[in-house]
Amino acid sequence: MRVALFITCYNDLLYPEVGQAIVRLLRRLGHDVDFPAEQTCCGQMHFNSGYQDACIPLVQRFTAAFAGYDVVVTPSGSCASMVRRYHPLVAELAVEGGADPGLSERVAAVSPRVLELTEFLVDVLGVTDVGARFPHTVAFHPTCHSTRLLGVGDRPTRLLAAVDGLTLVDLPRSEACCGFGGTFAVKNADTSVAMGTDKVDDVLGSGAEVLTAGDTSCLMHIGGLLSRRGSPVRVMHLAEILAATGADA
Amino acid sequence: MTGAAEPARSPLRTRPEPSFAGTPPFPEAARDALANKQLRTNLGRATTTIRTKRAAVVAERADWEALRLAGAAIKDEVLRDLPALLEQLEAAVTAAGGTVHWARDAAEANAIVASITHDAGATEVVKVKSMATQEIELNEALRLEGIDVWETDLAEMIVQLGHDLPSHILVPAIHRNRSEIRDIFIDEMGRVGRPAPAGLTNEPAELAEAARLHLREKFLRARVAVSGANFAVAETGTVVVVESEGNGRMCLTLPEVLITVMGIEKLVPTWRDLEVFLQLLPRSATAERMNPYTSMWTGVTAGDGPAAFHLILLDNGRTDVLSDTVGRQALRCIRCSACLNVCPVYERTGGQAYGSVYPGPIGAILTPQLRGIAKHPVDKQTASLPYASSLCGACFDVCPVRIDIPEVLVHLRGQVVRQSEASHRLPSPEGMGMGAAAWTLRTPRRLGLAERAAGVAGRLFARRGMLRRIPGPGPVGGWFRSRDLKAPARESFRAWWRRTDGGRGGDR
Repeated sequence: MRVALFITCYNDLLYPEVGQAIVRLLRRLGHDVDFPAEQTCCGQMHFNSGYQDACIPLVQRFTAAFAGYDVVVTPSGSCASMVRRYHPLVAELAVEGGADPGLSERVAAVSPRVLELTEFLVDVLGVTDVGARFPHTVAFHPTCHSTRLLGVGDRPTRLLAAVDGLTLVDLPRSEACCGFGGTFAVKNADTSVAMGTDKVDDVLGSGAEVLTAGDTSCLMHIGGLLSRRGSPVRVMHLAEILAATGADA
Repeated sequence: MTGAAEPARSPLRTRPEPSFAGTPPFPEAARDALANKQLRTNLGRATTTIRTKRAAVVAERADWEALRLAGAAIKDEVLRDLPALLEQLEAAVTAAGGTVHWARDAAEANAIVASITHDAGATEVVKVKSMATQEIELNEALRLEGIDVWETDLAEMIVQLGHDLPSHILVPAIHRNRSEIRDIFIDEMGRVGRPAPAGLTNEPAELAEAARLHLREKFLRARVAVSGANFAVAETGTVVVVESEGNGRMCLTLPEVLITVMGIEKLVPTWRDLEVFLQLLPRSATAERMNPYTSMWTGVTAGDGPAAFHLILLDNGRTDVLSDTVGRQALRCIRCSACLNVCPVYERTGGQAYGSVYPGPIGAILTPQLRGIAKHPVDKQTASLPYASSLCGACFDVCPVRIDIPEVLVHLRGQVVRQSEASHRLPSPEGMGMGAAAWTLRTPRRLGLAERAAGVAGRLFARRGMLRRIPGPGPVGGWFRSRDLKAPARESFRAWWRRTDGGRGGDR
């Protein structure tokens, strides 16, 4: 099985430790992972903001970079949903506009193979106990795109429940959007912050030391609010917890 | 109409009806709403209650997903065969003794209502709750024609008495709590009819009784009623109004003349199709298994109900919506409001911030389309609506006719961007930023260089890995008013992978 890592542009830039955690975790589970250096971005920011034409070269690049892999694993439910659900639409634009008549076929060969980390662990590798140890109190935020677009369901919480020493606490109204929403966070900053503030209140009320999720984009927003409040609650990607062995946490 | 004798002016008629015209773009309107603590409390409480109840009654139905698919399929059939079905409806209504009128836009529809009312010799109408008549601002048009309009739906009456604007499709006074409603009744009822009873409290039963007494006088006096329609059956000519209070039933049965204003997409092909929608709508709208009042009528019946029935078929932008292959799914909407009740943006800003009688997620896709976004550039307020969403997708999950609202929002954002690009010689700051980002992301080499530069900048300005602001002006300034930002890493993942051979080089 040839496995590639799609790091996503913002994890590449802001959270390289998440990619490093995935590499450690998968090697511990006996699977090597490639990092195709030709990758850049899935194009979600442009697509969701209305710059759909600008997505076409990004989708072309993505499809070329990951062609030939059996599985492409990514630490983002949001980017995985962009690839699986909307890359075919971008390809249609390219085909209809005459920009790239073959793009739909190339996208169809790659995009269904892109899996969010917990889908890969539970569905492909068939593991829920990844041998992690993380002796902390943790709350889990099910991000909107991983929940509603990908349908990852309880995979993340099953993985977390199997982590040695981890206490998973209930997050009230967990399914409510945190208010990040990509460019929504700056275009409608006041509404975004109002939504995020309610999320932060729920996190603080849960008694968790760590808030985790399958998307660092949402965690960047919630973490930014926590930091501004001076809260000691940390945000960590799921991969970092699943990679932890106790010695490094 | 101007030749008609001027009737005595009632207090309602002496000032213009409130209007959404002049609402600022969504971010600005939202800011004002967010600052209103009472509004947020009222909305949070109301939407949480209805959301929870809806989830419970929907969970009772094992075939809910099948019903949603059926609802979407029937509506898609209607949109595909609309011209033929409308003519079938017209023939059936006419054969049953009704009169059908066609209105291209709001002005035509309003003129037809006014003309029928004048011809009936009436100077007032009672109204059944109706979104179509709100959309065409019928009340203001009739006021200018010297006709009093009395809203009889409890919540619409609260909005009208309070000289207010609606904030929800189904519960237009959702932004008001009981004490505010009591105050409105005490202050306003006496000016336009029977006053509120002395010593009125904010107990729901007392408020309902005050409304009942106030409205009864109007029901018994009115000779003309105006309604909308939830559905119209093409094969039989039957028009359907679904409601909870029975006030609609009073309007539909007591007056001599009934005028129904109906959007052309409200059709269903056959009687049997109602089976699907009469299950989907009440559970989605009011979280009821079945709504208390379902009124159905076919033309006129001698000696029973109104002697004259006029059906006005309203386009008002709908055929423009129909011409957009992605956007047209918005015309499946049955006005249940489930998307409003689950929307995290609506819950915090309320409906008035959307500047339209159609607020919330459905409003964000319907309003720009009805205002012609597919055909011509729209104003800034309209252009801001497709961005009034975090794209969380909760709306699509609950929509009983499976309108993929996030998909349409993104599609409309594309139209906004293309219009902006076409109408300006120079790209907007956002357009330049997006262009620069797309250029950078086009090759890994450019991205790698940008990451190195960002890493250096991050090291200069970050404290404990977080930025409190970004130096200089920029479109992302709004981020930092209440949030810090994770600083770019000293070394990107890409650079780490290359330096360490994917972590195999020893130095992790």
